[in-house]
Amino acid sequence: MIRHALAVIFLIGLGTVFAGLMLGYTPDTELNLTARYYAENTAKDLGAANIVTAIIVTYRGLDTLGEVTVLFLTAAIVALVLAQSRHQPGAPQRVLPPSGELLHTGSRLLVPLIVLFGVYVFVNGHLTPGGGFQGGAIVASSMLLLLLTDPLRRFGHRMIARVESLSGLTYVALGALGLVLAGGFLDNRILPLGDFGSLFSAGAIPIIYSLVGLKVGAEFSSMLVNLSETEKPQ
Amino acid sequence: MSAFLPVMSVVVALATIGAAFVAIRVDSLPVAILSAGAVSLFASVLFLILAAPDVAMTEAAIGSGLTTFLFFFVLGRVGGGEQDND
Repeated sequence: MIRHALAVIFLIGLGTVFAGLMLGYTPDTELNLTARYYAENTAKDLGAANIVTAIIVTYRGLDTLGEVTVLFLTAAIVALVLAQSRHQPGAPQRVLPPSGELLHTGSRLLVPLIVLFGVYVFVNGHLTPGGGFQGGAIVASSMLLLLLTDPLRRFGHRMIARVESLSGLTYVALGALGLVLAGGFLDNRILPLGDFGSLFSAGAIPIIYSLVGLKVGAEFSSMLVNLSETEKPQ
Repeated sequence: MSAFLPVMSVVVALATIGAAFVAIRVDSLPVAILSAGAVSLFASVLFLILAAPDVAMTEAAIGSGLTTFLFFFVLGRVGGGEQDND
């Protein structure tokens, strides 16, 4: 009873806080200083049609590197924690009901299309909405479909780890190259800017975002594979 | 046409609240997980209405895609499927 009363009081308190915020809300009539700078100068400086991508990859590139690092740490911790419950060779194999013909055929048709769409999303990150993180998640969801079709499938951990480390290394190397050839770490002007709005434009942004996409996709995939390879404790 | 987006966003917001309510009140865990995924899906539609397609894509791919399946993985590992009686 007291718990219920406390919950109601808590909700009323939250409600008053939000109501105060709502009543005092006035929408901005014009862009603030930072937003105006980005809106006016992105196309001229970096040649990216998608301003969000330009901010994420170039203006705030260091933050993105940090985010990718956090995701890498998460994947590493998942692998570390689940390493003890990995299936031991010689232990009795789980017996699963066979997945149906429909699921098999459907996934064989869909997996390449999903991978292609994920690659499309991160290659076109500087032109259309989306980019490395979204594309990587879409690629990882195709791995998920493979795992759903055949839960006992074994993936090459080494290959996933290689893709992930190589793309991470290349990402940092491109950033360092920006120090030498252009205005600073992760500057995208180490390559020519190209025509505004075409696929090969915006300097190094498409390359960096593709690397981020590969890295994120490999990280999510390794997490999913690690989870699916755990065995129920006997 | 000008009234379409506000009406649409109110409808989607109500649907989000409804799905969240189902997620916490329903007895079977799979239905609860699916409802939690639906909350993410409606949230990504809301982001799209608010003109943030990048955020909407992230929410749809990770929130309603990978997270839902992660929950199902864990549910398959721990067994069960009905709510505990507390």
